[in-house]
Amino acid sequence: MPDIETLFLFGSNPTEAHPIVSLWLKKALRKGAKLIVGDPRKTWMAERADVWLNLKPGSNIAMMNGLVNVILENGWENKEFIAKRTEGFDALKAKVKEYDLGRVEKLTGVSKESIIEAARLYSHAGKAMIVYGLGVTEHQTGTENAMAIANLALVCGHLGRPSTGIMALRGQNNVQGASDLGPLPATLPGYQSVKDPKAREKFEKAWGVPISDKIGLKSVEMLDECKAGKFKGLFILGEDPAQTDPDLNHVNKALESVEFLVVQDIFHTETTKHADVILPGASFAEKDGTFTNGERRVQRVRKAIEPLAGKAEWQVISELATRMGYNQRYNHPSEIMDEIASLVTQYGGISYERLEKQSLQWPCPTKDHPGTTTMYTDLFARANGLALFMTLDHKGSGEVPDKEYPYLLITGRVREHYNNGSMTRRVPGIMELVPEELVEISPEDAKKLDIKSGDMVKVSSKRGTVKAKAKVTNRSQKGNVFMTFHFDKALTNIVTSEHRDPITGTPEYKSCAVNISK
Amino acid sequence: MSDRKLKVIINGIETLCDRDDTILKVAKKIGVKIPHLCNDKRLEPYGGCRLCIVKVKGVPRPLSACTTPVAENMEVTTDTDEIIRIRKTLVELLLSNHPNDCMRCERTGDCKLQNLSYEYGVDGSRFEGERWNLPIREDNPFITYEPNKCILCGRCVRICNEVVMAGTIDLVGRGFNSMPDTAFRKPRTLDNCEFCGQCVSTCPTGALTDRKARGKGRIYDLKKVKTTCSYCGTGCNFFLNVRNGRVVKVTSDTSAPVNQGNLCVKGRYGYDFIDHPDRIKTPLIKKNGKFVEATWDEALGLIADKFSSLMKKHGNESVGAFSSSRCTNEENFLLSKFVRTVFRSNNVDNCARV
Ligand code: SF4
Ligand code: SF4
Ligand code: SF4
Ligand code: FES
Repeated sequence: MPDIETLFLFGSNPTEAHPIVSLWLKKALRKGAKLIVGDPRKTWMAERADVWLNLKPGSNIAMMNGLVNVILENGWENKEFIAKRTEGFDALKAKVKEYDLGRVEKLTGVSKESIIEAARLYSHAGKAMIVYGLGVTEHQTGTENAMAIANLALVCGHLGRPSTGIMALRGQNNVQGASDLGPLPATLPGYQSVKDPKAREKFEKAWGVPISDKIGLKSVEMLDECKAGKFKGLFILGEDPAQTDPDLNHVNKALESVEFLVVQDIFHTETTKHADVILPGASFAEKDGTFTNGERRVQRVRKAIEPLAGKAEWQVISELATRMGYNQRYNHPSEIMDEIASLVTQYGGISYERLEKQSLQWPCPTKDHPGTTTMYTDLFARANGLALFMTLDHKGSGEVPDKEYPYLLITGRVREHYNNGSMTRRVPGIMELVPEELVEISPEDAKKLDIKSGDMVKVSSKRGTVKAKAKVTNRSQKGNVFMTFHFDKALTNIVTSEHRDPITGTPEYKSCAVNISK
Repeated sequence: MSDRKLKVIINGIETLCDRDDTILKVAKKIGVKIPHLCNDKRLEPYGGCRLCIVKVKGVPRPLSACTTPVAENMEVTTDTDEIIRIRKTLVELLLSNHPNDCMRCERTGDCKLQNLSYEYGVDGSRFEGERWNLPIREDNPFITYEPNKCILCGRCVRICNEVVMAGTIDLVGRGFNSMPDTAFRKPRTLDNCEFCGQCVSTCPTGALTDRKARGKGRIYDLKKVKTTCSYCGTGCNFFLNVRNGRVVKVTSDTSAPVNQGNLCVKGRYGYDFIDHPDRIKTPLIKKNGKFVEATWDEALGLIADKFSSLMKKHGNESVGAFSSSRCTNEENFLLSKFVRTVFRSNNVDNCARV
């Protein structure tokens, strides 16, 4: 990481959301790396950037197409890489031609000079890396945004060598593991499709029951069905959709409608309010287990104290299964990992015994496999080994500011708090530092609306209103406001929109239209 | 630059090492102990305390092992009589203006200065020096500063500036009164500090300590359990420090592959929720709109009956489960298995893909 020549940080605020990742990036900067930041907010990194692309939320694709176009027009692309390693270049070239500087400046709000300078810095570097975050994925075009970034990296051939590539940063601690291990409607553990008869057969043999080949419902769809009265029972393990999902009024109606709701959590949350039965959860200090981090590194979680309520989740789920007629007993989570290893190829060589000595990065298929530190990006995962350029068009956000709701709300995180805040709000020192929600508003807008830091303001959208104190700061640009979703006393997600990325189901947390008033 | 390994000999032990290794690093690798105070592998070599001096054959004066790179066929001796004499004097000088406070000091047992004083059998009596008499500073929620115990190794200042790039603290004042502090000696607040506690984690003495853990137990009272952070997805490791069934502190694991001992404010100081009185400690069943405490047996019995009857009445597609990116791999796997084997459907999803 430290010998990166140009670092392109896009839609990610690592000093707040990924502080330790930000230390690696800072090291690269100290060693002289150039920095490009694409972010509508003037973040810590943006303040120090060589080029700050202060783009409007929802204009990511236009931004990337514009950069690629500048690179191609100037002949700054990596011709050899394009010829040898990619397909579909001509179509890409024709597409990005539609994104000339004038048009991109209009769509993104970024000056022509900055676009050219960013394109120059990225393409001229010997080793350049792109790091992107939820500012890319939490849009209705999230998947396409990520593809647009891949186009840029491919055009310059900044892939597959040390200190190059694309790194995606996500939010929650075990989002990687929770995808790997199959609590997903279309895939069994290890991304094995429920449509694949061979995969089903493997699990049927191991688990001794027939596995349904019908793709299940996504969480959004289950909630819709609850509201429609067709879905009758729901078990929610350790999540708080009634605070962290977008468009909370809809979520609340769904959770009220479902006939029987079980929630397991360590604290009362907005979601437990709707429960028929609440089961106590065990905190990470009370159980053995593993988490898989963003670089696919499987690491141990170790029990330091006894579960406060006497049982950890793995015991509870097993007992419930047994009571409902599926006999299931484990003496220790290590036995669950052994079962995972027998069914999920990527985890095939992982065991608690090995993890005791060191963490392992999957794919780690066998007991003597050392794990895999760098993986060729999925871009090359096609049969012919060539990466395919995608032609993409600017679509914008699901909701854009209008007369009635003239401001744009971006939601995100602050370093001191985590998600619904149920843990960090109970840490006294943290509450001393960051006790409440603050609406970050630009000095220009504050002046126009006669708002001072500390004033209570109402933030409303088509879906509802939330009240919180204002903080006037130049971190927000004119027209944009920022809020977190960490506080139960100011439920920001009442306001956020129902739009989602149709491919991944990720909500458009980064952009909705609001009005601000005192 | 060639990748060829260099041969060096330390205390008669021959070893191969990389070209840009320092003597200190190589010695550590082969298990030769060299005392040091101002060095932290997270920081650039500094060469301030001189405790790590060693004799290199052919060089008249002792060299500091933390800053001297190895060279081909270098012969190093770490403990000559002369070097031991110099180290003794250095420790005596440090102790000469150090408060005699080991008996109630938070760091006793884990303090580099205390250990050196013991190892070299010296105290501060040879050079009776002028001592600071400054008050303990507890002007922020997490970090206690006892300037009297500072030995000016500069580690806190360097980690804050080099690694965190927060610029919170620097050496302020001149001469005898120079010490690490914030600009204008203002309290640490969010305006000037990230509260990552990196400065505390690197301090070799009792000058910087974790405020919340003071008086809760010294190193030998605490059970250390290595684990992985449950906040963001970076995967930092640290030690939970446990006493009498309570987590009282988090300390750095400098061997952690991802974070090398660095942490953010949540990882280092965000542990109090674990035994917060608001924790749900028994199952709760809603009766007439109110939650009533129940036993595990009652609650699990009710859940099993209710789900079974819903499935019988409305079909097994009428129920489902949400899993969580905050739960362990094993729990996610089990819930995934539960829905497939008990509900016999694929109605399982992790709630937020963020
Ligand atoms: S810092 Fe070390 S030597 Fe000084 S009082 Fe504390 S334990 Fe004793
Ligand atoms: S807590 Fe972190 S930011 Fe604050 S002074 Fe210490 S090292 Fe610097
Ligand atoms: S406070 Fe600690 S780390 Fe900082 S200079 Fe003093 S002794 Fe060294
Ligand atoms: S550790 Fe080498 S001079 Fe301090």
